[in-house]
Amino acid sequence: MPVAAPLSESGNERHPAMDRGRVGMACLIIAESAIFTIFVVAYIFYLGRSLSGPQPRDVLEAPILNSICLLSSSATISLAIRSLRKDRRKAFAGWLAATIALGIEFLAGTGREWSYLIREKGLTISTNLFGTTFYSLVGLHASHVVVGLILLMIVFVFAACGIIQREHADRIDVIALYWHFVDFIWVVVFTVVYLVGR
Amino acid sequence: MNHESVTSMFGTGAQGAAGKRETDHSPGAVVHSWITTVDHKRLGIMYILYAFLFLMIGGIEAMLIRLQLAVPDNHLVGPETFNRLFTMHGTTMIFLVAMPFVFGFGNYLIPLMIGARDLAFPRLNAFGFWLTVFGGFLLYYSVIGGEGMTGAGSAPDVGWFAYSPLTARAFSKGHSTDYWILGILVGGFGSIATAVNLLTSIVCLRCPGMTLMKMPLLAWLYLVVSGMVLLAISPLTAAQIMLLLDRYLGSHFFDVQAGGSAVLWMHFFWIFGHPEVYILVLPAFAFASEIIPVFSRKAIFGYPAMVAATVAIGFVSVSVWAHHMFAVGLSSTSNIFFAVSTMLVAVPTGIKIFNWIGTMWGGRIRYATPMLFSLGFLIQFLLAGLTGIMLSAAPFDWQLTDSYFVVAHFHYVIVGGIIFMIFAAIYYWFPKATGRMLSERLGRWHFALFLIGFHLTFDTMHVPGILGMPRRIYTYGADRGWGTLNFICTIGAVFQAAGILVFFFNLIRSLRCGRVAGNDPWDAWTLEWSTSSPPPEYNFSRVPRVNSRRPLWDLKHPDDPDSNYE
Repeated sequence: MPVAAPLSESGNERHPAMDRGRVGMACLIIAESAIFTIFVVAYIFYLGRSLSGPQPRDVLEAPILNSICLLSSSATISLAIRSLRKDRRKAFAGWLAATIALGIEFLAGTGREWSYLIREKGLTISTNLFGTTFYSLVGLHASHVVVGLILLMIVFVFAACGIIQREHADRIDVIALYWHFVDFIWVVVFTVVYLVGR
Repeated sequence: MNHESVTSMFGTGAQGAAGKRETDHSPGAVVHSWITTVDHKRLGIMYILYAFLFLMIGGIEAMLIRLQLAVPDNHLVGPETFNRLFTMHGTTMIFLVAMPFVFGFGNYLIPLMIGARDLAFPRLNAFGFWLTVFGGFLLYYSVIGGEGMTGAGSAPDVGWFAYSPLTARAFSKGHSTDYWILGILVGGFGSIATAVNLLTSIVCLRCPGMTLMKMPLLAWLYLVVSGMVLLAISPLTAAQIMLLLDRYLGSHFFDVQAGGSAVLWMHFFWIFGHPEVYILVLPAFAFASEIIPVFSRKAIFGYPAMVAATVAIGFVSVSVWAHHMFAVGLSSTSNIFFAVSTMLVAVPTGIKIFNWIGTMWGGRIRYATPMLFSLGFLIQFLLAGLTGIMLSAAPFDWQLTDSYFVVAHFHYVIVGGIIFMIFAAIYYWFPKATGRMLSERLGRWHFALFLIGFHLTFDTMHVPGILGMPRRIYTYGADRGWGTLNFICTIGAVFQAAGILVFFFNLIRSLRCGRVAGNDPWDAWTLEWSTSSPPPEYNFSRVPRVNSRRPLWDLKHPDDPDSNYE
């Protein structure tokens, strides 16, 4: 005979590993991956098909420093959450600020690169197929960095106001998951655009 | 043990409490409460009402198309209007009717069936719904805004798959194509939000005891559908972003003159477009898998095989898209690959059809309206699948591509399969959502008229296709010999429209004076029938615990529970 269990707040969430925020973010990441896949496929499909210059090998420089910044921001956000779990809130805010700073530096680097390409090399999105696919793929990634930065800055404002507590670590973990995804996508974009495509 | 006492055990004793809380019944307060709601049931109902609205609009477009084609050399509407009509008809029916129906039922049913109080992210749910609404209205705003503020309006006229280079700035002036892109893009974000929500809910919010293999099949099918939405809608979103860049920033993704590829758009569109068919048809399978057992008085036959077949369809369906492109001139290797993978879909689909027949076999079948529509679905979907296998053979497709045979085939799938099951689902769950039964007598009229109309239109439509009538022509010469067949198609459309009108009349009349349904009018077995009709805001006052796939059977037959056999 089935017995009806009394309702409790936790009654619906019995699997700690299956936290709904994390599962939801994983779903979003799947959808986002599909979007990026299409842009990456377009980039690879059009490699070397531009009818006019400039070509990737003429103008692109691998942004090594930039990439190191973005990838290390994955480490800093992990450290931030680890600090929060230990209830060291100052350290949390510090690592979070470092993450934001690294992200901003990445964006600034992208801005410098684009400015160089547009002004010095005359490569815009409408110049040729390389410009079309390069700016759209890198730009799509950069727009995701912007979204991630906005989320992180909101968390930082809350942290600065002293609202963030230890029990919020799981929620910030969800944002971190997104941030790791953005970093992972950069690995793919970097490989395709700056290693294979050059 | 009588059923009312059984259901009150799971049920809520909530009617009183739910009724007392809303004291303000002024129209303004009611509208405000619906607009601000995050309740999955209200959002589900609004999705379905939204789909009804656009079903009417898309249906009127279809009627105009059929009237134009009824006789040869007709000039009821001009060629430009005809292009807009078929573009808007296709776009509307897929994105603004079928998808909202799918998500509406998912929203309404999933939490009730898995024993949860709401979806995982109620506010995201409302967000997704209102994005969908905004997308639909944006698309239709093109009718007045399509050529900018000064010119007369125009709806998109590039076809529902908007092939390149027709969508390039040079060939599609004005803003109508932009409204098509933006409307679908925004609606697509809403779809992704809802899919995230449904998937998370099914993974995280099942009630105690409901393991994956004890879920109702509907939940399994929606799990797969949601995953497919994530994988299929996103490529369309990506391709539409590229198209917007092409149109506004002068990029060259689909610009052939700069080395871009028109075929790439076809690939990207159909990477979305074909899984989309399965996104729409799997919910139809889900309804059939709930309705057929209840009206056959037997548990579903071959539950594990059904689950496996569903997952298999999900996997295979993402690798068949280029069968829409056999006539483009792909390499023969890819033609063979896509022909074979397309034929492969028939295997899991066939398993499902056999299992539904196996469920009915030896059962005590009740021919109520939901079951009538399900039987119509079963036969028509089988026939649609058979013409699908014919078209999957590349040489056959070369002969009939872009002909009325193809149009007849996919309308057989979408109307004969999906729409029939949506009607079945409305007749089945309407009592739960409103507390009143739909009229069986009007339901039978609806079924009969719609069935006759469907077969008159779409059985006949195969023939002009074989005789060489291409799709998307606005008229044809009398000497072609297609006149009689097209006239029969149009008569069928009138029957279908009459059936729909009977249906709407039934909805309105039953809402006001239908028979009171009670909690469990069909003597069914899944959790949604254990709570009151309509359910209280919180669904279940006590979270149920289940031991089998048919928890209400266990309650009604404690001497012989299902858990002994699963």
